[in-house]
Amino acid sequence: MEQLSAWFTQLLADNSIFTARTLGYYGEGLVTTVQLVFLSLVIGLVIAVPLSIARGSKRKWIKMPIFFYTYVFRGTPLLIQLYMIYYGVVFIDGIQESWLWIILEEPFYPALIAFTLNTVAYTTEIFHGAIKATSKGEIEAARAYGMSKSLMMRRIILPSAFRRALPAYGNEVIFMLHASAIASVVTIMDLTGAARLVYARFYAPFDAFLFVAALYLCLTFAILYLFRFLEKRMLVHLRPLN
Amino acid sequence: MKKLLTVTLLSAAVLAGTAQARDYDTVRFGVDVPYEPMEYRTPDGELTGFDIDLGNALCAEIGVECEWVVQGWDGIIPGLMSRKYDAIMSSMTINDDRRKQVLFSDPYFTPPSAWFVPGDSEIDDPSEETLTDKNIGVQRGTLQDNYASDMYGSVADINRYATADDMVLDMEAGRLDIVFLDFPVGKSTLLDSEDNDYKVIGEMITEPKEYFGDGFGIAFRKRDEDLAKKFNEALATLKENGTYDEIRQEYFEDNAK
Repeated sequence: MEQLSAWFTQLLADNSIFTARTLGYYGEGLVTTVQLVFLSLVIGLVIAVPLSIARGSKRKWIKMPIFFYTYVFRGTPLLIQLYMIYYGVVFIDGIQESWLWIILEEPFYPALIAFTLNTVAYTTEIFHGAIKATSKGEIEAARAYGMSKSLMMRRIILPSAFRRALPAYGNEVIFMLHASAIASVVTIMDLTGAARLVYARFYAPFDAFLFVAALYLCLTFAILYLFRFLEKRMLVHLRPLN
Repeated sequence: MKKLLTVTLLSAAVLAGTAQARDYDTVRFGVDVPYEPMEYRTPDGELTGFDIDLGNALCAEIGVECEWVVQGWDGIIPGLMSRKYDAIMSSMTINDDRRKQVLFSDPYFTPPSAWFVPGDSEIDDPSEETLTDKNIGVQRGTLQDNYASDMYGSVADINRYATADDMVLDMEAGRLDIVFLDFPVGKSTLLDSEDNDYKVIGEMITEPKEYFGDGFGIAFRKRDEDLAKKFNEALATLKENGTYDEIRQEYFEDNAK
């Protein structure tokens, strides 16, 4: 134990990398990453719920465009989507003069758009699957009570579908956190951006990336814990007695 | 007995390996492209540029073969350490931070850095006042990045790019108000570009030395002192016999020293 603490003190003694300034970079990066991921997930969730209902519609002209959208965004890498939205749009004539440019000029918003579009595609499919898996008995019972379609959706299908989708959605949240690491390619100083800067400045890949990996682990742990808690509460009826 | 034989064979192999490494029949150079005109690709994909031509001439003078390994800038020193190549010749400025990690040759070129803005920009002289809330573009981990971050990081937004290309693209897109670059690179990518709607503002910057160092040098692993010595001698020869000036003429019409 003493050896360990001696080793640790020595490690910190000749540390020229983790100064107040670089820790500041990491701090800013942490805030940016959490902002980006949280915003894209919240916006994504709001859009994905109606889309997932429409995705199960019997009408082809409603169903097909949504299927096409989720197919394209799940079928291409997020990095490519980000490149197209950040660097690609620049080549549209006259975009610099239009109101859109106010949004597209800062790197934060193109990244937010790309992340949101991506997570909407995945979340729509997750919810769609959960809605489809609603047991026939529940639907028939609701019908027997004379519920209208919208009431049935609100009271029966969606609540039970959300519960079923919870574990899969928890994974999507963690994937999104990890996918946000590519934000640094469009000059955003997120956690990975901070790590790359420290790496490039001090030529210390191990220190820079191990530290940031530890931060990501902490974030993932928080997400895991949150979903564990939610699952415990919401899936309580599925637990065996004692 | 068998074991002994294996050990002997292994150590022989290791010895042969080190002996070969010291002789260096081929020297592999790490280089980050594109960084016009220092190193870039011709339209048909060949590597070319001042560094490449000078490097090849140096190798010819020493009598070894040159190989060029393309490597992104932010991993270029770790790549040297992990033996992906034997030297770096990629417009690397000699400074004290880097001296802790690598062994430098004598400087072979000393370019100034400069601020570039769009032709219609209102910024006429870079200072804390004029750069407040502006977007400054730099390449990540370069000395320009360090300088701009320390001088103006508190008042302006520093946008750090992985390659000089991405930065020029964003400058053209109008996302950047000003970029800070090695002058020769900015000249060929911005001033000599087709639209040529850019200008240099302020002085050419070569001071303070703690940022801008002593010019470009070839970086070697610290133990390769012999190799560095050979390259220094070859560089001196090329400067004497005029080959250096010829190569220089080809890429820089002006006499940036």
